[in-house]
Amino acid sequence: MATGETVIEARRLQKRYGTVAAVDGIDLTVRRGEIFGLLGPNGAGKTTTILMLLGLTEVSAGELQVHGLDPRRDPLAVKRRVAYLPDSVGFYDTLSARENLRYMARLAGLPRAEIDKRIDESLGRVGLAGAKELKTAAFSRGMKQRLGLAEVLLKGADIAILDEPTSGLDPQATFELLDIIRDMKRDGIAVLLSSHLLDRVQAVCDRVALFHQGRIVLQGTVAELAQQVLGGGFSIEVATAGPVPAAALAALPGVQQVVERGTDRALVIADRDLRAGLARAVLAAGGALLQLVAIEPSLDVIYRRYFEGDHGYA
Amino acid sequence: MATRSGSPWTGLGAVFVKELADHLGSARMLILEWLVLLTGIGAVYTAIQDLKTTTQQDPFLFLRLFTHAHQPLPSFIAVLGFLIPLVAIGLGFDAINSEFNRRTLSRVLAQPIYRDALLLGKFLAGLATLAIGLVALWLLIMGLGLVMLGVPPSGEEMLRGLAFLAVAIAYGGLWLAVALFCSVLFRSAATSALAALGLWLLVSVLWPIIVRFIAQAIYPTSPAELLLGLPNLGRLEFQQALSRISPNTLFGEALLGILHPGTRALGPVFLEQLQGALMGAPLPLAQSLLLVWPQVTGLVAGAIFLFVGAYVGFQRQEVRA
Repeated sequence: MATGETVIEARRLQKRYGTVAAVDGIDLTVRRGEIFGLLGPNGAGKTTTILMLLGLTEVSAGELQVHGLDPRRDPLAVKRRVAYLPDSVGFYDTLSARENLRYMARLAGLPRAEIDKRIDESLGRVGLAGAKELKTAAFSRGMKQRLGLAEVLLKGADIAILDEPTSGLDPQATFELLDIIRDMKRDGIAVLLSSHLLDRVQAVCDRVALFHQGRIVLQGTVAELAQQVLGGGFSIEVATAGPVPAAALAALPGVQQVVERGTDRALVIADRDLRAGLARAVLAAGGALLQLVAIEPSLDVIYRRYFEGDHGYA
Repeated sequence: MATRSGSPWTGLGAVFVKELADHLGSARMLILEWLVLLTGIGAVYTAIQDLKTTTQQDPFLFLRLFTHAHQPLPSFIAVLGFLIPLVAIGLGFDAINSEFNRRTLSRVLAQPIYRDALLLGKFLAGLATLAIGLVALWLLIMGLGLVMLGVPPSGEEMLRGLAFLAVAIAYGGLWLAVALFCSVLFRSAATSALAALGLWLLVSVLWPIIVRFIAQAIYPTSPAELLLGLPNLGRLEFQQALSRISPNTLFGEALLGILHPGTRALGPVFLEQLQGALMGAPLPLAQSLLLVWPQVTGLVAGAIFLFVGAYVGFQRQEVRA
């Protein structure tokens, strides 16, 4: 299921506001049944890209196909097959959760006889079955986000685009939300989600695209990116009782960099698993080894390392 | 440009039903309804008191219900001329910008509908709300007249009454379009309401004064005018043309023609034009309608023009807040 048919394809996609390019020639491919993450800081062009995919903003240049359709030419057909959860989603405060969803279902043109049943179903899936008659004015941030996901499920689309689904949520709510997103993947829905919190979404994404100033600077699985940026990337954290013998560690063959973190801690980046060698080197330098941990490559580190290089982090 | 496929009417019904339900159930609507009801009924009630004692022989007694003013209260149509814009602005000033501010716009537009349906649905729902209110008020006044005057209205009075209702709805539609336009133009609901109300004050209170100054400046008083005491015809016509930019003027003139069957012209009249005329004799309904046709057309055209402005503005807007 991980690699199916291509559902979203963008080539040299561009969006300009006057002379400023908000999205500057990106290439993107999303396949059925995968969770694809658009990651990057605020203002990097993630939301603009999403709006172009939905046909909600004009495309300045480039090719774009969603389910083989052009959102510029067939916006209704595209929007029928794509569900969207916007950044900081809002609802009609004077209507109940069920009424809010019913309005959207009518707009989406779902068959009338099925609407109520499907609303109950989708509210149940996001754990809001007990709150369906409540006015959304009383909803917390997390509940609104879940109601937004219920709307996505309700539509029964095979592409779900979620813009910053976890922003502003506490860890527990984030965890639950990511679970629902994993469920969607299990149902064969292609999920495209954006986030500026790299680590939060790393856990669920099959592939990611890192945005920076309107461009995609890196694209692939997290492991591929680590390989590409960290150079085969093995990060090992070394903690010692006294000062870290940084020079001795750096001299070890295979070590690419030693980043000191305080006097008694260092991050060693190597091209292979050097834990045994590092332990020996610490002992040989007369240090007392407390901890030696191989760190899973995190997107945060990859992103920061990428821009620490000659790419310049603005 | 790529042409878009699919119908612009998709989802119009859903938007209309939802907005209508919102309007009819909202506290704002309740306040506006009571305001219109109390002032309207007050004006009509006092008018009836006068009509009972004075003009029992009037052939258009029912039309006097709408036009008779019992000092110091204004007539019913004067009240409506004032309150219809207020109600229309109240219904429309936050139509679009509230969708932005509640962050519901992107959700709505992510559904398979065009923006056309949203804007038109909101306009039609506002117009329907306004029409429901006006029809109810109209029926109430007719009933009140029947009960208190004890005379049934004639067929022509009914038709003129219905024409009055249609003009009032068109007038409301124009102000609804103004409000909708402001709601597209201004992101803050307060600014939008203020702009619409400001425009309303300008055209209903300030415009007649400004028009007089402009006309005076363009056609200054000539010595002949001073000597003979004759008004300058050019100035009068210019002043009237200018004042007709205000929908209030158009509304007032249209009602004058419809509710006062004796009205033969809405502009300056020469003596020779009155030769052979039976002064004060009522015009037939068709002639009265012909007389106010340009005014009514002007009101409808204004509403369409403003709606198009709102439409173009809305189409060009970015969805993200």
